[in-house]
Amino acid sequence: MSDVLNPPEPGASSATVPLKPLGKVVAVTSGKGGVGKTFVSANLAAALAKLGQRVLVLDADLGLANLDVVLNLYPKITLHDVFTGKAKLEEAIIRAPGGFSVLLAGSGMVEYSRLTPEVRGDFLRIMNGLVPHYDIVLLDTGAGISDVVLFAVSLASEVLVVATPEPTSLTDAYATIKVLVGQQKRQIIRMVINQTARLGDGRAITVQLQQVLDRFVVSEPGRHIKLIHMGDIPADPSVRQAIMRRQLLMQSTPGSPAAMAISQLALKIQDAVIPR
Amino acid sequence: MVSKAPNPIIELQNLRLDDARALLDHDMVQALPSAEESGHDYLQGIINGLCELSLKDPLTGLSNRRHLCAVQERTIDGVARSGSPALLLMLDIDHFKKVNDTYGHQAGDQVLRTVAKCLASCVRPMDTLARYGGEEFAVVLPNCPTSFGITVAERIRQTVESLAIQVSPGVTIRVTVSVGGAYAPEWVRSTATLWTERADVQLYKAKSEGRNRVSLDQQQEIFVSAEEKNLLFGHLALGDPAWVESVPSEMSGASVHSAMQRVN
Repeated sequence: MSDVLNPPEPGASSATVPLKPLGKVVAVTSGKGGVGKTFVSANLAAALAKLGQRVLVLDADLGLANLDVVLNLYPKITLHDVFTGKAKLEEAIIRAPGGFSVLLAGSGMVEYSRLTPEVRGDFLRIMNGLVPHYDIVLLDTGAGISDVVLFAVSLASEVLVVATPEPTSLTDAYATIKVLVGQQKRQIIRMVINQTARLGDGRAITVQLQQVLDRFVVSEPGRHIKLIHMGDIPADPSVRQAIMRRQLLMQSTPGSPAAMAISQLALKIQDAVIPR
Repeated sequence: MVSKAPNPIIELQNLRLDDARALLDHDMVQALPSAEESGHDYLQGIINGLCELSLKDPLTGLSNRRHLCAVQERTIDGVARSGSPALLLMLDIDHFKKVNDTYGHQAGDQVLRTVAKCLASCVRPMDTLARYGGEEFAVVLPNCPTSFGITVAERIRQTVESLAIQVSPGVTIRVTVSVGGAYAPEWVRSTATLWTERADVQLYKAKSEGRNRVSLDQQQEIFVSAEEKNLLFGHLALGDPAWVESVPSEMSGASVHSAMQRVN
């Protein structure tokens, strides 16, 4: 029986892949918008798929993420149709060029961007239906620290914060982490620094964030937060090219420095979230 | 070419305005312009009056639920735009049923009116006071710095506590209020319902902790101080070479390369 939620690649035998009880849910978030969250989500998904993982990327920004733009996909059936009961969940899941599955929200979801208890319930049901069919589910969350973002992140077992070395991005990433520690009692947050100018900038930024957190956030009893630096993605002109052409970097220029960094990030994520 | 139909001239006498007129005569403070002088002004007066009525609680003269909800939505929008925090307070008169049971419903109404008036004296003109229902009130305070929230909530609690409410000749009673409050998230996208929910949770907390007290939701205070910001990236802006000192060995080109081989 073929797995409707995750159509196998042509030629691949789905029978050889045992269905794991629960996939890992990784929320990709940032605080500030425009730091490459969706770019990272999509290309990380492609890199993880290349490693043999069954990956789904979900537009957890309920219609405000630009996943459709990044992937150049405009499906007829989206999460919106699932929410409104016009379509079944499996009908809304599509195959992205990078060999992973995508669930797009659709523009009609903007009206759902108000997180009512019903939307919360629907979202939970959908997540419960999805997660068993994948090894990794990436939640591409919205910018900012809205109720929707915090809710989406609360569903994830792992959080990957994308930041750039810019002060505004760092401040927002820091504020986000602060909220996640305070509200969701997160103890581990993974960092990826995008658009770094020099080797090692990313790690230095993570170390810096950790120091400020230790001083201002962890000082309160019962709080502990460990930032884990997952990697840097160097500033790379091929990224802009891929984005302008609306292609995945992992496909257009897999040998570029940024693409190699994302491959390495994928390995680290795989090691971190999937038990061997 | 399609020509626009001329504006129809409304004949006042063809409109059934009596019901509206009666409603307004009963409730409105302001007199309506006379129909004879200007039909337009008269009609506008009736429309304005009806709009006002539809937003007011008849007993206390405060805003009603409909108006409150509109103000909340507008305030949330404003917070998302300006980033300046807004506070929602939910108040409930403690043991109000006892007032009704002991002194009668007229006394209860008198208490509601007096508390409403007292609330108005505790807040700024820009704040919106509403009767949420029964003996529950709500206050929306836009542009309310987080440090002021507790001050204004406490002021309300103390002022109500100090009121001597005359419910009938020779009978004066005192009431207390429990106050719960929550800030509108300085984040994009929230809803009036969620905001109210959070303030309600705090009101319930104030009630269950013994009433006649204030409880504010502090959770939404996401604030990054100047000191934190300085520590975060102060030396980055200065181009301090210390920033690049800790180049980790596994980030070298060789390891990226070997990682790629593993991938392929």
